[in-house]
Amino acid sequence: MIFFDKVSKIYSKTSIALEGVSLSIGPKEFVSLVGHSGAGKSTLLKLLLAEEAPSKGSVYFESVNVHSLPRRKLSLLRRKIGVVFQEFRLLSNKTVYENVAFAMEAAGRLSKEIEENVPFVLDLVGLTDKGSRFPDELSGGERQKVAIARAIINRPDLVVADEPTGNLDPVSTREVVSIFEKINKLGTTIILATHNKEVVDSLGRRVVTMEKGKIIRDDKSGRYQT
Amino acid sequence: MIFTKIKRVTKAGFVNFWRNGWVSLAAILVVVITLFAIGSLIFSKAVMESALNHIENKVDITVYFKNNAEEKDVLAMKDIVAELSEVKSVEYVSADKALADFKERHKDNATLLQSIEELDKNPLGAALNIKAKEISQYGSVAKFLDGKSDSSGDSIIDKVNYFQNKKIIDRLSNILDSAKKLGLIVSLVLALVSILVTFNTIRLAIYSSRDEIEVMRLVGASNRFASGPFIVEGAMYGFFSALIAMIIFYPIIVWVDPKIASVFSGVSLFRYYIDNFGQIFAILLGVGVFICSVSSLIAVRRYLKI
Repeated sequence: MIFFDKVSKIYSKTSIALEGVSLSIGPKEFVSLVGHSGAGKSTLLKLLLAEEAPSKGSVYFESVNVHSLPRRKLSLLRRKIGVVFQEFRLLSNKTVYENVAFAMEAAGRLSKEIEENVPFVLDLVGLTDKGSRFPDELSGGERQKVAIARAIINRPDLVVADEPTGNLDPVSTREVVSIFEKINKLGTTIILATHNKEVVDSLGRRVVTMEKGKIIRDDKSGRYQT
Repeated sequence: MIFTKIKRVTKAGFVNFWRNGWVSLAAILVVVITLFAIGSLIFSKAVMESALNHIENKVDITVYFKNNAEEKDVLAMKDIVAELSEVKSVEYVSADKALADFKERHKDNATLLQSIEELDKNPLGAALNIKAKEISQYGSVAKFLDGKSDSSGDSIIDKVNYFQNKKIIDRLSNILDSAKKLGLIVSLVLALVSILVTFNTIRLAIYSSRDEIEVMRLVGASNRFASGPFIVEGAMYGFFSALIAMIIFYPIIVWVDPKIASVFSGVSLFRYYIDNFGQIFAILLGVGVFICSVSSLIAVRRYLKI
Protein backbone atom coordinates (compact mmCIF):
# COMPACT_ATOMS: atom_id res chain seq x y z
CA MET A 1 0.00 0.00 0.00
CA ILE A 2 2.81 2.40 0.92
CA PHE A 3 6.30 1.99 -0.37
CA PHE A 4 9.33 4.19 0.17
CA ASP A 5 11.92 3.24 -2.45
CA LYS A 6 15.50 4.22 -1.44
CA VAL A 7 14.38 7.69 -0.44
CA SER A 8 16.85 10.41 0.54
CA LYS A 9 16.15 13.96 1.61
CA ILE A 10 19.19 16.19 1.66
CA TYR A 11 18.74 19.83 2.65
CA SER A 12 22.48 20.56 2.48
CA LYS A 13 25.77 18.68 2.88
CA THR A 14 25.65 19.05 6.65
CA SER A 15 21.90 18.54 6.96
CA ILE A 16 20.77 15.13 5.73
CA ALA A 17 17.27 14.26 6.93
CA LEU A 18 16.87 10.87 5.24
CA GLU A 19 19.41 8.57 3.62
CA GLY A 20 18.42 5.63 1.42
CA VAL A 21 15.28 4.72 3.35
CA SER A 22 13.21 1.80 2.05
CA LEU A 23 10.02 0.88 3.86
CA SER A 24 6.90 -1.01 2.91
CA ILE A 25 3.59 -0.83 4.80
CA GLY A 26 0.60 -3.02 4.01
CA PRO A 27 -3.16 -2.37 4.38
CA LYS A 28 -4.67 -2.34 7.89
CA GLU A 29 -1.28 -2.25 9.58
CA PHE A 30 -0.65 -0.15 12.68
CA VAL A 31 2.95 1.04 12.46
CA SER A 32 4.74 3.04 15.14
CA LEU A 33 7.61 5.11 13.85
CA VAL A 34 9.98 5.78 16.71
CA GLY A 35 13.26 7.56 17.25
CA HIS A 36 14.75 10.69 18.78
CA SER A 37 13.88 14.15 17.56
CA GLY A 38 15.67 14.75 14.29
CA ALA A 39 15.80 11.07 13.39
CA GLY A 40 13.77 11.76 10.24
CA LYS A 41 10.27 10.61 11.25
CA SER A 42 8.51 13.87 10.36
CA THR A 43 10.41 14.19 7.10
CA LEU A 44 9.31 10.71 6.08
CA LEU A 45 5.66 11.63 6.70
CA LYS A 46 6.02 14.97 4.89
CA LEU A 47 7.31 13.14 1.84
CA LEU A 48 4.31 10.81 1.93
CA LEU A 49 1.91 13.80 1.94
CA ALA A 50 3.94 15.51 -0.79
CA GLU A 51 4.47 18.45 1.54
CA GLU A 52 8.10 18.14 0.49
CA ALA A 53 9.82 16.39 -2.41
CA PRO A 54 12.57 13.76 -1.98
CA SER A 55 16.10 14.48 -3.20
CA LYS A 56 16.45 10.88 -4.38
CA GLY A 57 14.13 7.87 -4.64
CA SER A 58 10.35 7.70 -4.90
CA VAL A 59 7.33 7.37 -2.65
CA TYR A 60 4.34 5.25 -3.69
CA PHE A 61 0.84 5.35 -2.24
CA GLU A 62 -1.53 2.72 -3.64
CA SER A 63 0.90 2.17 -6.53
CA VAL A 64 0.97 5.87 -7.48
CA ASN A 65 4.22 7.81 -7.36
CA VAL A 66 3.13 10.64 -5.08
CA HIS A 67 5.64 13.13 -6.45
CA SER A 68 4.71 12.63 -10.08
CA LEU A 69 1.22 14.03 -9.44
CA PRO A 70 0.42 17.53 -10.65
CA ARG A 71 -0.53 19.92 -7.87
CA ARG A 72 -4.23 19.97 -8.62
CA LYS A 73 -4.37 16.17 -8.29
CA LEU A 74 -2.59 16.26 -4.95
CA SER A 75 -5.81 17.29 -3.23
CA LEU A 76 -7.41 14.05 -4.46
CA LEU A 77 -4.55 12.01 -2.96
CA ARG A 78 -4.72 13.90 0.32
CA ARG A 79 -8.42 13.15 0.72
CA LYS A 80 -7.43 9.48 1.01
CA ILE A 81 -4.98 10.25 3.81
CA GLY A 82 -6.06 11.67 7.14
CA VAL A 83 -3.41 13.76 8.92
CA VAL A 84 -2.97 14.54 12.62
CA PHE A 85 -0.24 16.97 13.73
CA GLN A 86 1.47 17.47 17.06
CA GLU A 87 0.38 21.10 17.18
CA PHE A 88 -3.22 20.20 16.12
CA ARG A 89 -3.39 22.77 13.31
CA LEU A 90 -7.10 23.38 13.48
CA LEU A 91 -8.69 26.28 11.60
CA SER A 92 -8.95 28.82 14.42
CA ASN A 93 -11.90 30.81 13.11
CA LYS A 94 -14.06 27.75 12.54
CA THR A 95 -16.01 25.88 15.21
CA VAL A 96 -15.33 22.23 16.06
CA TYR A 97 -18.21 21.18 13.83
CA GLU A 98 -17.01 23.37 10.94
CA ASN A 99 -13.43 22.13 11.24
CA VAL A 100 -14.57 18.56 10.78
CA ALA A 101 -17.12 19.46 8.12
CA PHE A 102 -14.45 21.42 6.20
CA ALA A 103 -12.62 18.24 5.16
CA MET A 104 -15.88 16.88 3.75
CA GLU A 105 -16.79 20.16 2.03
CA ALA A 106 -13.34 20.29 0.47
CA ALA A 107 -13.88 16.76 -0.83
CA GLY A 108 -17.12 17.93 -2.43
CA ARG A 109 -19.42 15.73 -0.37
CA LEU A 110 -23.16 16.35 -0.24
CA SER A 111 -24.54 18.59 2.51
CA LYS A 112 -26.82 15.75 3.62
CA GLU A 113 -23.86 13.39 4.10
CA ILE A 114 -22.02 16.07 6.04
CA GLU A 115 -24.97 16.60 8.37
CA GLU A 116 -25.10 12.87 9.08
CA ASN A 117 -21.41 12.03 9.34
CA VAL A 118 -20.01 14.92 11.37
CA PRO A 119 -22.12 14.23 14.51
CA PHE A 120 -21.33 10.54 14.15
CA VAL A 121 -17.57 11.10 14.13
CA LEU A 122 -17.74 13.73 16.89
CA ASP A 123 -19.51 11.10 18.95
CA LEU A 124 -16.81 8.56 18.13
CA VAL A 125 -14.10 10.86 19.56
CA GLY A 126 -16.32 11.89 22.48
CA LEU A 127 -16.98 15.55 21.57
CA THR A 128 -20.71 15.44 20.89
CA ASP A 129 -21.52 18.45 23.07
CA LYS A 130 -18.55 20.61 21.95
CA GLY A 131 -19.54 21.07 18.29
CA SER A 132 -20.17 24.81 18.54
CA ARG A 133 -16.97 25.63 20.46
CA PHE A 134 -13.97 27.28 18.85
CA PRO A 135 -10.52 25.59 19.11
CA ASP A 136 -9.31 28.29 21.53
CA GLU A 137 -11.98 27.19 24.01
CA LEU A 138 -10.81 23.56 24.15
CA SER A 139 -8.11 21.73 26.08
CA GLY A 140 -5.14 20.20 24.25
CA GLY A 141 -6.61 16.71 24.42
CA GLU A 142 -9.95 17.92 23.04
CA ARG A 143 -8.25 19.78 20.21
CA GLN A 144 -6.35 16.67 19.23
CA LYS A 145 -9.60 14.71 19.20
CA VAL A 146 -11.06 17.30 16.82
CA ALA A 147 -8.02 16.88 14.61
CA ILE A 148 -8.53 13.11 14.62
CA ALA A 149 -12.20 13.53 13.80
CA ARG A 150 -11.19 15.73 10.85
CA ALA A 151 -8.61 13.16 9.76
CA ILE A 152 -11.07 10.26 9.68
CA ILE A 153 -14.24 12.00 8.48
CA ASN A 154 -13.62 11.15 4.82
CA ARG A 155 -12.99 7.46 5.73
CA PRO A 156 -9.41 7.55 4.52
CA ASP A 157 -7.44 4.40 3.77
CA LEU A 158 -4.57 5.75 5.83
CA VAL A 159 -4.21 7.98 8.88
CA VAL A 160 -0.83 9.61 9.46
CA ALA A 161 -0.16 11.04 12.92
CA ASP A 162 3.00 13.02 13.66
CA GLU A 163 3.66 13.11 17.43
CA PRO A 164 -0.08 13.41 18.16
CA THR A 165 0.45 12.97 21.90
CA GLY A 166 3.49 15.24 22.16
CA ASN A 167 1.51 18.09 23.74
CA LEU A 168 -0.90 15.99 25.81
CA ASP A 169 -1.14 14.85 29.42
CA PRO A 170 -1.09 11.07 30.15
CA VAL A 171 -4.88 10.75 30.40
CA SER A 172 -5.49 12.48 27.07
CA THR A 173 -2.66 10.47 25.55
CA ARG A 174 -4.35 7.20 26.47
CA GLU A 175 -7.69 8.44 25.09
CA VAL A 176 -6.13 9.53 21.81
CA VAL A 177 -4.24 6.26 21.38
CA SER A 178 -7.36 4.20 22.06
CA ILE A 179 -9.18 6.19 19.34
CA PHE A 180 -6.41 5.25 16.91
CA GLU A 181 -6.76 1.59 17.89
CA LYS A 182 -10.51 1.79 17.34
CA ILE A 183 -10.05 3.30 13.87
CA ASN A 184 -7.46 0.65 13.02
CA LYS A 185 -9.89 -2.12 14.01
CA LEU A 186 -12.37 -0.60 11.55
CA GLY A 187 -9.79 -1.23 8.80
CA THR A 188 -7.76 1.95 8.47
CA THR A 189 -3.96 1.81 8.19
CA ILE A 190 -2.24 3.92 10.85
CA ILE A 191 1.26 5.38 10.85
CA LEU A 192 2.08 6.87 14.23
CA ALA A 193 5.29 8.81 14.65
CA THR A 194 6.14 9.17 18.33
CA HIS A 195 8.87 9.04 20.93
CA ASN A 196 6.54 8.10 23.75
CA LYS A 197 7.76 4.75 25.12
CA GLU A 198 4.58 3.90 27.05
CA VAL A 199 2.39 4.44 24.00
CA VAL A 200 4.50 2.15 21.82
CA ASP A 201 4.80 -0.53 24.45
CA SER A 202 1.08 -0.55 25.21
CA LEU A 203 0.24 -1.04 21.53
CA GLY A 204 2.41 -4.12 20.95
CA ARG A 205 2.29 -3.66 17.16
CA ARG A 206 4.91 -3.19 14.42
CA VAL A 207 7.66 -0.77 15.42
CA VAL A 208 10.05 0.90 12.96
CA THR A 209 13.01 2.57 14.67
CA MET A 210 14.89 5.40 12.98
CA GLU A 211 18.17 7.06 13.77
CA LYS A 212 20.07 9.78 11.92
CA GLY A 213 17.95 9.46 8.81
CA LYS A 214 18.12 5.68 8.52
CA ILE A 215 15.94 2.77 9.59
CA ILE A 216 17.92 0.78 12.15
CA ARG A 217 15.27 -1.72 13.30
CA ASP A 218 11.91 -3.04 12.10
CA ASP A 219 10.11 -5.38 14.54
CA LYS A 220 6.83 -7.13 13.75
CA SER A 221 5.54 -6.88 17.28
CA GLY A 222 7.98 -4.73 19.08
CA ARG A 223 8.71 -2.50 21.98
CA TYR A 224 10.41 0.85 22.16
CA GLN A 225 14.17 0.28 22.15
CA THR A 226 16.95 2.80 21.71
CA MET B 1 -21.87 20.30 -7.64
CA ILE B 2 -20.28 23.48 -8.88
CA PHE B 3 -23.21 25.40 -7.38
CA THR B 4 -22.69 23.72 -4.00
CA LYS B 5 -18.99 24.63 -4.09
CA ILE B 6 -19.69 28.26 -4.95
CA LYS B 7 -22.23 28.39 -2.13
CA ARG B 8 -19.78 26.90 0.37
CA VAL B 9 -16.92 29.20 -0.69
CA THR B 10 -19.16 32.29 -0.52
CA LYS B 11 -20.54 31.32 2.86
CA ALA B 12 -17.04 30.66 4.21
CA GLY B 13 -15.96 34.08 2.92
CA PHE B 14 -18.85 35.82 4.71
CA VAL B 15 -18.28 33.88 7.94
CA ASN B 16 -14.53 34.61 7.91
CA PHE B 17 -15.27 38.28 7.27
CA TRP B 18 -17.39 38.57 10.45
CA ARG B 19 -15.23 36.32 12.63
CA ASN B 20 -12.00 38.12 11.68
CA GLY B 21 -13.73 41.35 12.69
CA TRP B 22 -10.65 43.37 13.64
CA VAL B 23 -8.60 42.32 10.65
CA SER B 24 -11.55 43.13 8.38
CA LEU B 25 -12.02 46.50 10.04
CA ALA B 26 -8.34 47.39 9.68
CA ALA B 27 -8.31 46.36 6.01
CA ILE B 28 -11.51 48.31 5.33
CA LEU B 29 -10.09 51.45 6.94
CA VAL B 30 -7.11 51.40 4.59
CA VAL B 31 -9.24 50.65 1.55
CA VAL B 32 -11.61 53.48 2.55
CA ILE B 33 -8.63 55.84 2.45
CA THR B 34 -7.70 54.56 -1.00
CA LEU B 35 -11.22 54.96 -2.33
CA PHE B 36 -11.52 58.33 -0.63
CA ALA B 37 -8.40 59.46 -2.50
CA ILE B 38 -9.80 58.18 -5.79
CA GLY B 39 -13.18 59.79 -5.08
CA SER B 40 -11.49 63.08 -4.22
CA LEU B 41 -9.74 62.96 -7.57
CA ILE B 42 -13.10 62.58 -9.29
CA PHE B 43 -14.59 65.48 -7.34
CA SER B 44 -11.63 67.81 -7.74
CA LYS B 45 -11.55 67.07 -11.45
CA ALA B 46 -15.23 68.07 -11.62
CA VAL B 47 -14.64 71.28 -9.66
CA MET B 48 -11.59 72.11 -11.72
CA GLU B 49 -13.39 71.54 -14.99
CA SER B 50 -16.39 73.65 -14.13
CA ALA B 51 -14.13 76.33 -12.67
CA LEU B 52 -12.08 76.37 -15.87
CA ASN B 53 -15.25 76.57 -17.92
CA HIS B 54 -16.36 79.40 -15.76
CA ILE B 55 -13.12 81.32 -16.35
CA GLU B 56 -13.08 80.49 -20.04
CA ASN B 57 -16.60 81.86 -20.38
CA LYS B 58 -15.46 85.18 -18.99
CA VAL B 59 -12.87 85.57 -21.73
CA ASP B 60 -14.06 87.07 -25.00
CA ILE B 61 -12.91 89.54 -27.56
CA THR B 62 -14.82 92.58 -28.62
CA VAL B 63 -14.76 94.17 -32.04
CA TYR B 64 -15.60 97.86 -31.95
CA PHE B 65 -16.95 99.41 -35.12
CA LYS B 66 -16.59 103.00 -36.21
CA ASN B 67 -19.65 105.02 -35.33
CA ASN B 68 -20.39 105.74 -38.97
CA ALA B 69 -20.64 102.02 -39.80
CA GLU B 70 -23.99 100.93 -41.26
CA GLU B 71 -25.93 98.45 -39.16
CA LYS B 72 -26.38 96.08 -42.10
CA ASP B 73 -22.60 95.96 -42.66
CA VAL B 74 -22.05 95.14 -39.01
CA LEU B 75 -24.69 92.39 -39.15
CA ALA B 76 -23.10 91.00 -42.31
CA MET B 77 -19.79 90.91 -40.48
CA LYS B 78 -21.49 89.12 -37.58
CA ASP B 79 -22.72 86.40 -39.93
CA ILE B 80 -19.24 85.94 -41.42
CA VAL B 81 -17.66 85.62 -37.96
CA ALA B 82 -20.36 83.20 -36.77
CA GLU B 83 -19.46 80.92 -39.69
CA LEU B 84 -15.85 80.48 -38.43
CA SER B 85 -15.25 77.02 -37.00
CA GLU B 86 -13.43 78.35 -33.92
CA VAL B 87 -16.28 80.61 -32.85
CA LYS B 88 -18.80 79.47 -30.24
CA SER B 89 -21.04 82.51 -30.15
CA VAL B 90 -21.28 86.09 -31.38
CA GLU B 91 -23.32 88.75 -29.67
CA TYR B 92 -24.29 91.95 -31.44
CA VAL B 93 -24.37 95.14 -29.38
CA SER B 94 -25.95 98.02 -31.28
CA ALA B 95 -24.73 101.59 -30.90
CA ASP B 96 -27.87 102.51 -28.91
CA LYS B 97 -27.41 99.53 -26.59
CA ALA B 98 -23.76 100.44 -26.12
CA LEU B 99 -24.77 103.95 -25.12
CA ALA B 100 -27.42 102.66 -22.71
CA ASP B 101 -24.87 100.28 -21.16
CA PHE B 102 -22.40 103.11 -20.86
CA LYS B 103 -24.91 105.32 -19.09
CA GLU B 104 -25.90 102.52 -16.77
CA ARG B 105 -22.27 101.84 -15.89
CA HIS B 106 -21.57 105.51 -15.12
CA LYS B 107 -24.89 106.48 -13.61
CA ASP B 108 -23.13 107.94 -10.54
CA ASN B 109 -20.89 110.18 -12.61
CA ALA B 110 -23.07 113.24 -13.29
CA THR B 111 -20.43 115.25 -15.18
CA LEU B 112 -19.79 112.43 -17.63
CA LEU B 113 -23.49 111.85 -18.24
CA GLN B 114 -24.06 115.55 -18.73
CA SER B 115 -21.32 115.86 -21.32
CA ILE B 116 -22.76 112.89 -23.20
CA GLU B 117 -26.21 114.51 -23.17
CA GLU B 118 -24.72 117.64 -24.69
CA LEU B 119 -23.54 115.75 -27.76
CA ASP B 120 -26.23 115.66 -30.38
CA LYS B 121 -24.98 112.36 -31.81
CA ASN B 122 -24.21 108.96 -30.21
CA PRO B 123 -20.42 108.94 -29.87
CA LEU B 124 -20.24 105.13 -29.51
CA GLY B 125 -20.14 102.60 -32.32
CA ALA B 126 -21.69 99.12 -32.50
CA ALA B 127 -19.71 96.14 -31.27
CA LEU B 128 -19.54 92.34 -31.55
CA ASN B 129 -18.73 90.20 -28.49
CA ILE B 130 -17.10 87.00 -29.73
CA LYS B 131 -16.54 83.84 -27.70
CA ALA B 132 -14.26 81.12 -29.08
CA LYS B 133 -14.63 77.43 -28.30
CA GLU B 134 -11.09 77.24 -26.87
CA ILE B 135 -9.00 79.95 -25.30
CA SER B 136 -6.11 79.12 -27.62
CA GLN B 137 -8.29 79.94 -30.66
CA TYR B 138 -8.72 83.62 -29.85
CA GLY B 139 -5.48 84.42 -31.63
CA SER B 140 -6.64 83.14 -35.01
CA VAL B 141 -10.06 84.78 -34.67
CA ALA B 142 -8.39 88.08 -33.88
CA LYS B 143 -6.03 87.68 -36.82
CA PHE B 144 -8.97 87.07 -39.14
CA LEU B 145 -10.67 90.25 -37.94
CA ASP B 146 -7.46 92.20 -38.14
CA GLY B 147 -7.14 91.23 -41.81
CA LYS B 148 -10.68 92.51 -42.41
CA SER B 149 -9.88 95.89 -40.96
CA ASP B 150 -6.74 96.33 -43.03
CA SER B 151 -8.11 95.22 -46.37
CA SER B 152 -9.31 98.67 -47.42
CA GLY B 153 -8.75 102.17 -46.23
CA ASP B 154 -12.38 102.68 -45.28
CA SER B 155 -12.80 99.64 -43.03
CA ILE B 156 -15.75 99.78 -40.66
CA ILE B 157 -13.75 98.17 -37.81
CA ASP B 158 -12.38 100.64 -35.31
CA LYS B 159 -10.37 98.27 -33.11
CA VAL B 160 -10.20 94.70 -31.80
CA ASN B 161 -9.51 94.49 -28.08
CA TYR B 162 -7.72 91.11 -28.33
CA PHE B 163 -4.42 92.87 -28.85
CA GLN B 164 -4.83 94.72 -25.56
CA ASN B 165 -5.80 91.51 -23.75
CA LYS B 166 -3.41 89.22 -25.59
CA LYS B 167 -0.92 88.86 -22.73
CA ILE B 168 -3.57 87.96 -20.19
CA ILE B 169 -5.30 85.52 -22.52
CA ASP B 170 -2.03 83.81 -23.41
CA ARG B 171 -1.02 83.47 -19.78
CA LEU B 172 -4.40 82.11 -18.78
CA SER B 173 -4.24 79.64 -21.62
CA ASN B 174 -0.84 78.39 -20.40
CA ILE B 175 -2.02 78.09 -16.81
CA LEU B 176 -5.04 76.05 -17.83
CA ASP B 177 -2.88 73.73 -19.92
CA SER B 178 -0.39 73.07 -17.12
CA ALA B 179 -3.18 72.70 -14.54
CA LYS B 180 -4.73 69.96 -16.64
CA LYS B 181 -1.42 68.13 -17.12
CA LEU B 182 -0.42 68.46 -13.47
CA GLY B 183 -3.85 67.23 -12.37
CA LEU B 184 -3.48 64.11 -14.50
CA ILE B 185 0.00 63.30 -13.17
CA VAL B 186 -0.98 63.86 -9.55
CA SER B 187 -4.06 61.66 -10.00
CA LEU B 188 -2.04 58.81 -11.49
CA VAL B 189 0.65 58.93 -8.79
CA LEU B 190 -1.91 59.11 -5.99
CA ALA B 191 -3.95 56.24 -7.44
CA LEU B 192 -0.83 54.10 -7.82
CA VAL B 193 0.33 54.75 -4.26
CA SER B 194 -3.04 53.92 -2.77
CA ILE B 195 -3.33 50.72 -4.82
CA LEU B 196 0.07 49.59 -3.51
CA VAL B 197 -0.93 50.38 0.07
CA THR B 198 -4.15 48.40 -0.32
CA PHE B 199 -2.32 45.48 -1.83
CA ASN B 200 0.13 45.34 1.07
CA THR B 201 -2.61 45.63 3.68
CA ILE B 202 -4.48 42.70 2.22
CA ARG B 203 -1.26 40.75 1.94
CA LEU B 204 -0.68 41.26 5.65
CA ALA B 205 -4.24 40.22 6.46
CA ILE B 206 -3.75 37.00 4.51
CA TYR B 207 -0.24 36.48 5.88
CA SER B 208 -1.86 35.89 9.27
CA SER B 209 -3.83 33.03 7.71
CA ARG B 210 -0.95 31.40 5.87
CA ASP B 211 -0.80 28.43 8.23
CA GLU B 212 -4.51 27.81 7.79
CA ILE B 213 -4.17 27.82 4.02
CA GLU B 214 -1.50 25.13 4.32
CA VAL B 215 -3.73 23.10 6.60
CA MET B 216 -6.61 23.37 4.14
CA ARG B 217 -4.37 22.04 1.40
CA LEU B 218 -3.15 19.19 3.63
CA VAL B 219 -6.66 18.03 4.48
CA GLY B 220 -7.45 17.81 0.79
CA ALA B 221 -8.88 21.17 -0.29
CA SER B 222 -8.25 22.09 -3.91
CA ASN B 223 -6.50 25.39 -4.60
CA ARG B 224 -9.74 27.03 -5.62
CA PHE B 225 -11.61 25.78 -2.59
CA ALA B 226 -8.89 27.01 -0.24
CA SER B 227 -8.43 30.42 -1.87
CA GLY B 228 -12.07 31.16 -2.77
CA PRO B 229 -13.17 32.43 0.66
CA PHE B 230 -10.25 34.87 0.77
CA ILE B 231 -11.29 36.35 -2.56
CA VAL B 232 -14.89 36.66 -1.36
CA GLU B 233 -13.57 38.33 1.79
CA GLY B 234 -11.52 40.74 -0.35
CA ALA B 235 -14.56 41.61 -2.43
CA MET B 236 -16.44 42.37 0.79
CA TYR B 237 -13.67 44.72 1.91
CA GLY B 238 -14.12 46.53 -1.39
CA PHE B 239 -17.89 46.69 -1.06
CA PHE B 240 -17.98 48.07 2.47
CA SER B 241 -15.13 50.48 1.79
CA ALA B 242 -16.94 51.96 -1.21
CA LEU B 243 -20.09 52.36 0.87
CA ILE B 244 -18.25 54.01 3.78
CA ALA B 245 -16.26 56.30 1.47
CA MET B 246 -19.49 57.53 -0.20
CA ILE B 247 -21.04 58.21 3.21
CA ILE B 248 -17.96 60.11 4.43
CA PHE B 249 -18.07 62.31 1.34
CA TYR B 250 -21.54 63.62 2.24
CA PRO B 251 -20.70 65.83 5.27
CA ILE B 252 -17.39 66.89 3.72
CA ILE B 253 -19.07 68.06 0.54
CA VAL B 254 -21.83 69.83 2.46
CA TRP B 255 -19.10 71.67 4.38
CA VAL B 256 -16.88 72.51 1.43
CA ASP B 257 -19.62 73.36 -1.09
CA PRO B 258 -20.26 77.00 -0.03
CA LYS B 259 -16.52 77.66 0.10
CA ILE B 260 -16.09 76.53 -3.50
CA ALA B 261 -19.21 78.41 -4.57
CA SER B 262 -17.83 81.62 -3.06
CA VAL B 263 -14.66 81.34 -5.17
CA PHE B 264 -16.26 80.14 -8.41
CA SER B 265 -19.81 81.36 -8.47
CA GLY B 266 -22.12 78.95 -10.23
CA VAL B 267 -20.09 75.84 -9.39
CA SER B 268 -21.97 73.45 -7.06
CA LEU B 269 -20.07 70.40 -5.87
CA PHE B 270 -23.08 69.24 -3.87
CA ARG B 271 -25.24 69.20 -7.00
CA TYR B 272 -22.55 67.19 -8.73
CA TYR B 273 -22.41 64.69 -5.83
CA ILE B 274 -26.18 64.19 -5.83
CA ASP B 275 -26.55 64.08 -9.63
CA ASN B 276 -23.69 61.60 -10.11
CA PHE B 277 -24.12 59.60 -6.88
CA GLY B 278 -24.89 56.31 -8.64
CA GLN B 279 -22.10 56.66 -11.12
CA ILE B 280 -19.43 57.62 -8.57
CA PHE B 281 -20.53 54.84 -6.22
CA ALA B 282 -20.31 52.37 -9.11
CA ILE B 283 -16.77 53.54 -9.91
CA LEU B 284 -15.60 53.28 -6.28
CA LEU B 285 -17.33 49.92 -5.88
CA GLY B 286 -15.77 48.57 -9.06
CA VAL B 287 -12.30 49.85 -8.19
CA GLY B 288 -12.57 48.67 -4.57
CA VAL B 289 -13.84 45.18 -5.32
CA PHE B 290 -11.37 44.74 -8.17
CA ILE B 291 -8.28 45.90 -6.24
CA CYS B 292 -9.18 43.93 -3.11
CA SER B 293 -10.08 40.65 -4.75
CA VAL B 294 -7.10 40.72 -7.11
CA SER B 295 -4.80 41.56 -4.17
CA SER B 296 -6.29 38.63 -2.23
CA LEU B 297 -5.78 36.32 -5.16
CA ILE B 298 -2.14 37.34 -5.59
CA ALA B 299 -1.46 37.15 -1.84
CA VAL B 300 -3.11 33.79 -1.32
CA ARG B 301 -1.35 32.14 -4.26
CA ARG B 302 1.95 32.32 -2.38
CA TYR B 303 0.68 29.95 0.26
CA LEU B 304 -0.94 27.46 -2.07
CA LYS B 305 2.36 26.06 -3.27
CA ILE B 306 2.06 22.99 -1.11
